[in-house]
Amino acid sequence: MKPALKGKQKNRLAAISMIVLFTVLALLILLPIYAIFLASFKPGGQLVQYGLNLDLDFSQMSFDNYILLFAGRHEYWTWFFNSIILTVITVILTLIVSSFVGYGFAAYDFKGRNALFICVLIVLSIPLEVVMLPLYKQISNWGLMDNYMAIVLPFMAHASTIFFFRQYLLGIPKELMEAGRIDGSTEYGIFFRLIIPIMKPAFAAMAILNGMTAWNNYLWPLLVIRSADKYTLTLGLNTLINPYGDNYNLLIVGCFFSIVPIFILFICFQKYFIEGMTAGAVKG
Amino acid sequence: MKKFFYSQKIAPYVFILPFAVTFLLFWIGPIANGALLSFQDVLKDQWVGFKNYQRLLTDKIFLKAVWNSLKYMFGTLVLLIPFPMLFASLLNSKLMKKPGFFKSIYFLPALTSVVVAGTIFRLMFGELESSLANRVISLFGLAPVKWLKGAGTGYFALLVLACWRWTGVNILYFLAGLQSIPKELYESAAIDGAGKWKLFTKISFPLVKPTTVYVLTISIYAGLSMFLESYMLWRGNNSPNNIGLTIVGYLYRQGIEKRAMGYACAVGLVLLAVVMIINLIQLKVTGTFDKEAK
Repeated sequence: MKPALKGKQKNRLAAISMIVLFTVLALLILLPIYAIFLASFKPGGQLVQYGLNLDLDFSQMSFDNYILLFAGRHEYWTWFFNSIILTVITVILTLIVSSFVGYGFAAYDFKGRNALFICVLIVLSIPLEVVMLPLYKQISNWGLMDNYMAIVLPFMAHASTIFFFRQYLLGIPKELMEAGRIDGSTEYGIFFRLIIPIMKPAFAAMAILNGMTAWNNYLWPLLVIRSADKYTLTLGLNTLINPYGDNYNLLIVGCFFSIVPIFILFICFQKYFIEGMTAGAVKG
Repeated sequence: MKKFFYSQKIAPYVFILPFAVTFLLFWIGPIANGALLSFQDVLKDQWVGFKNYQRLLTDKIFLKAVWNSLKYMFGTLVLLIPFPMLFASLLNSKLMKKPGFFKSIYFLPALTSVVVAGTIFRLMFGELESSLANRVISLFGLAPVKWLKGAGTGYFALLVLACWRWTGVNILYFLAGLQSIPKELYESAAIDGAGKWKLFTKISFPLVKPTTVYVLTISIYAGLSMFLESYMLWRGNNSPNNIGLTIVGYLYRQGIEKRAMGYACAVGLVLLAVVMIINLIQLKVTGTFDKEAK
């Protein structure tokens, strides 16, 4: 590191080549998003005829698709609204239930705790696809088909969210609970009045992660939701994927617009997105 | 009764209850039920013993689906672990200005749903001469390709989609791991005269291992259970010659499309076994068990 000028020049060269490398990577990553952004101004027929590309032909481009999106006759906003409702319900219930359970694992030493926690880890390591069919059959036997309960109930006590809250709460001092007990709080009162307020950052990270998953959820809703007026955005968009009529006009602008709310949330709460996403990776 | 509910002995079990109930009702129940169904012919309502499993062993389409899933998993492991690790250690270096800006951009694809991402990539890999993928290869003087009609090119499109969506997230994982390594280690090694490459192989790589094991585990899990990416690229579960069919795709075809629930449940249990076996091997090889045992 010592030889002054030469080392500095070398570092500069390295820094510049790194910037170039990462800029190229960034452009590659942005390319598909840019392509669909461009396509949202093109007539759907052109897309069917020429495929998705980066051609700029302003004579062909217009705001027609956006007019269709905001003023046309279609179900898009029903789906959009359904997705918002379902996402909000999912996030609220998942956070309450999973933090409740996570606290139980973190705060108490009780018989069977380790065995139960191993069950959390087992759920974490089994793909949903393995239980998908029998679960589908069970949901249908219980008469929960075509009901949002079927999407929310099975995943409220969410293994990875429980895991995250437990890790977060392992660090809380036991004196806090003792102080609560001396003040006459019940065990549940301690959780709701003393613990929840100090969990805000953890809630933020998990709200965003679960919200994103719920907004983008597709496979399970595809199985259990039947009627068109209950479709979520992902289910609805997928019904547009047949190249007839003017479906493509709505499909592309609808796809583009469906990622906008998440992008805005991401820009505002980036820190929490990244925290929630990487929580499991460091300690395992 | 009330006193019992509020006692310090009982409270932990009340806290755990929602998970215990969910676990029994929505995981253990269905898995047990699936295991029972896998020995039945559900449409005829008969017990058939191991017939479903025997049929799987000779079912050429199922074996193709298993092969496709393994191939996809292997491809994502090769592409989505070394490169993100390298990019993360470069982003983590002191020479890099504004790593946060790049981090944000790389994360964007992970925000898109598989429906949106799949739709974009299906159109990009269209067979028309003017679709984006064909434009790109024409820059190198290559003739247009029917991407999603051939096994090799279809596999390529799937991997490009996977890389697009997950490179950024894996970079973030590795960055989080790298940032938990104390800076002093690098400083003292640099004083001892270790070069950049030495620092990477002797400090970063071994110390970031928990992260690598984590990424490896979730990549195996996601790779083997991949379904929607192929479902979106081929606009449904039927690809030419089943080039895009995966284990879960076959499970979906048998269970939902053909209503052969028993046979499909057998597929599900085979998937469970494959995931478990590969992960056990992986954890054994990476030595994670020995660490847990301590």
